[in-house]
Amino acid sequence: MKEKFQPRDLSSTGTAALAVVGAGPAGLAAATLAAQLGLDTVLLDEQSDVGGQIYRAITATPVRDRKVLGDDYWHGESLVGAFRRSAARHVPGATVWAISRNTTRQSRGDHEIAYSVGGQAKLLTARHVLLATGAQERPFPIPGWTLPGVITAGAAQILLKSAGVVPEGPAVLAGTGPLLYLLAWQYLNAGVRIDALLETAPPRALLRALPYALDFVRSPYFGKGLKLLRTVRAAVPVIKAVEGLQAQGHDKLERVSYSFRGRTHTIAAQQLILHQGVVPNVNLARAIGAQHIWNSTLDCWQPQVDSWGNTTVAGIGMAGDGAGIAGALAAEHRGRLAALGAAHALGYMDTARRDREATVHRRLLAKATLGRAFFDVLCKAPIEYRRPAGNTIICRCEEVTAVQVRDTVKLGCSGPNQVKSFLRCGMGPCQGRFCGLTVAEIIADELRIPVEDVGYYRLRFPVKPLTLGELASLPQTAASHEAVIRLPADQEIRLAQPEMP
Amino acid sequence: MTRAIVNADVLIIGGGLHGGSVALHLAHAGLKPLVIEKNYAGRHASGVNAGGVRTLSRPPQEIPLALASLEMWHHIGDLVDDDCGFEQYGQLRVAENETDIEVLHRRLALMRELGYSHEEWVDAGEVRAMLPGIVPTVQGGLIARRDAAADPYRTTMAFRRKAESLGARYIEGVQIVRTEHVAGCWRAIANSGAVYSAPVIVNCAGAWADRIAATWDEPVPLEAVAPMMLVTMPMRRFIDPVVLGTSRPLSFKQRANGTVLIGGGRRAWLDRDADSTELDFSELADGARMVCELFPHMLGATINRGWAGIEGNMPDGLPVIGASRRRPHAYHAFGFCTHGFELGPIVGRVLADLVIRGHTTQPIAPFDIGRFSNPQAVTSTSGIKHP
Repeated sequence: MKEKFQPRDLSSTGTAALAVVGAGPAGLAAATLAAQLGLDTVLLDEQSDVGGQIYRAITATPVRDRKVLGDDYWHGESLVGAFRRSAARHVPGATVWAISRNTTRQSRGDHEIAYSVGGQAKLLTARHVLLATGAQERPFPIPGWTLPGVITAGAAQILLKSAGVVPEGPAVLAGTGPLLYLLAWQYLNAGVRIDALLETAPPRALLRALPYALDFVRSPYFGKGLKLLRTVRAAVPVIKAVEGLQAQGHDKLERVSYSFRGRTHTIAAQQLILHQGVVPNVNLARAIGAQHIWNSTLDCWQPQVDSWGNTTVAGIGMAGDGAGIAGALAAEHRGRLAALGAAHALGYMDTARRDREATVHRRLLAKATLGRAFFDVLCKAPIEYRRPAGNTIICRCEEVTAVQVRDTVKLGCSGPNQVKSFLRCGMGPCQGRFCGLTVAEIIADELRIPVEDVGYYRLRFPVKPLTLGELASLPQTAASHEAVIRLPADQEIRLAQPEMP
Repeated sequence: MTRAIVNADVLIIGGGLHGGSVALHLAHAGLKPLVIEKNYAGRHASGVNAGGVRTLSRPPQEIPLALASLEMWHHIGDLVDDDCGFEQYGQLRVAENETDIEVLHRRLALMRELGYSHEEWVDAGEVRAMLPGIVPTVQGGLIARRDAAADPYRTTMAFRRKAESLGARYIEGVQIVRTEHVAGCWRAIANSGAVYSAPVIVNCAGAWADRIAATWDEPVPLEAVAPMMLVTMPMRRFIDPVVLGTSRPLSFKQRANGTVLIGGGRRAWLDRDADSTELDFSELADGARMVCELFPHMLGATINRGWAGIEGNMPDGLPVIGASRRRPHAYHAFGFCTHGFELGPIVGRVLADLVIRGHTTQPIAPFDIGRFSNPQAVTSTSGIKHP
């Protein structure tokens, strides 16, 4: 049997005390504080510039009128400034495609992070890893959601922040969740016309959320949220409790159809922007083998973490929305708590100092999360849009439909991995990001069991696609050095050695 | 606490392809087998292997079984009511240099000496015509034209479904911790405390089968291994046959959907008790370099997934097939050394014959478990490495 923790030559890889993956609020705050505490810190991020999704393009956005994106967006500048002044090393454009805990040097239980920058694969060995991989949008599988012209609110925000691009022609927003209203508000600020906002939350959602209303009223969300809601509702026709939402058209979106109080309506539209909340982006944490728990309020998986963000895998922490949805402000404080946890774990501070320094961050975290329970319940994605039926596509990569998944469960495939092996859903380049939750919910529906009993896909390497050439550019093992390669000169394959990050 | 006893005609431990094939053939004969699977059927080697239906380069002892199984594969729909994604384009072992040519020629001579004609030499020109993307330095190769490939998970499911339709039962998520033979009856006791009982028991527990064998006082030196696989995003069709390396560990094929499957036996780290594997990136990188050396245009191919399933290797490279030497009415079929997929159909038939008639017409003496308690009886394999 191949032994674990086999030592090997790591001379051509980089090292760090702390590696942070993701440069959103949690990653930025964590890397900044860790570097200030003296940890040799590397921040790996997929984008060319820091900010994550929430503060995307904050240093480079063409949207210079600060009123359009709002104060909450520009708050990100404070994080970027502090990060730039710190000694943390930033590796932009770095796509992390795997993290391994077994193949690194045996002495300290280090982790090996495999990533690519500009088509070149590299390894970074870190004593502690903090995943700040943030949130992704919940899949919103409705008939026609794969038509050109249908995008998600998150994608719409990327276009707005990065390129100042907004919809032209009739646009409809549909779904539930604060981001939908935020986007509507930003569009209105930018002078974009919105033809309709279709709310999918059922009327009883407000009733269910009422028990949590007191905290909400006391929270900063209340004032801001109310103002935003009023502005949007004054300018956009809002239709509530929409059912049977469909995107229709031949080669592209032409109409949006929905039913309201039992009657079907159709609106002409060139753009349909969908959103039904965000869920933790857990692919990396899953791939490492961290335990996850089902959050039945938010209907999503989240990694099991302690109050310092430590996952069930030693040396792997998680902070920000990736560790459970709590928003950008909370992410920042959770990042700092995780940095303190890492500094403590690596011996940079004793327990007393860690706990002392954590006090302020814990207080701010509590303040930042006050009132969230209210709209978590209020904005719960309706079951109709989480557990689709019929020919609605649920896996975009392999074009697998809801009815195929339901039929496969009836054949005896009783878990996501069996369904995946049988139908190939979740095998595409998105690694199940688009369909994982939907497949688990549909199986739960068919078997009439809780989703937590259904489980989730085993996440396969690589977490993000990479080319065979990139993989081939990783440092060679001793065995392959000895291999003789005979090729004619014109066919020679150059396998460049990676540089230190 | 006494738990209800579930009765069957035959207990089969392990819900992989071999367990399913044994169940199918027994059910076909009118028996009611019960398959007990600790995880889910097809979780490891059976569900996630490269799907090679290969007689090429088999150890000589396995060739009669492999050829008989290949005939069954060519009519797999008759057996399981599903085509299992079976595609026959042959399997081709390429020679990259003079040493490879010599190895393959020796192999060919051995096949002729033993009276087999299923492996043929193809020259460099023919190899290049068959594999247009291959480096022009390729020297030729050995081909088995009737060899093929199939979809492993679909196959394992098809065997299971057909077996179930004939009266076999499957229980998943139940691990057998103990077996005992009491008053002419086998009892298998699960971690849940449940007890399963039948007159006959079959050990098809794959990489975990040595643990069952050990409880029957016939320990075997099984090594659990986890060969790594990669698959790319769909690419334009460029190869039909399955391509194998000669001196280097490589297996390579393009599936009907255009994806390219890369295997070859490079191993992942594994934890048998946790049922888990972890890929070794540096080894994978070596594999990637090898593929790109043989097929230069693969440098730009996008890797979609990589994985490893856990399998059982035996030190002599041969499986264990046959009756227990220490226990009555107990049988083994395991240790397929990463090349058991093709043998699935025939091994089920052999085991069913042993259970029902007490004998088989297939030459299974080399696979007797007794060879490990009596080392002199161990038969050696050919000099060729089998990925």
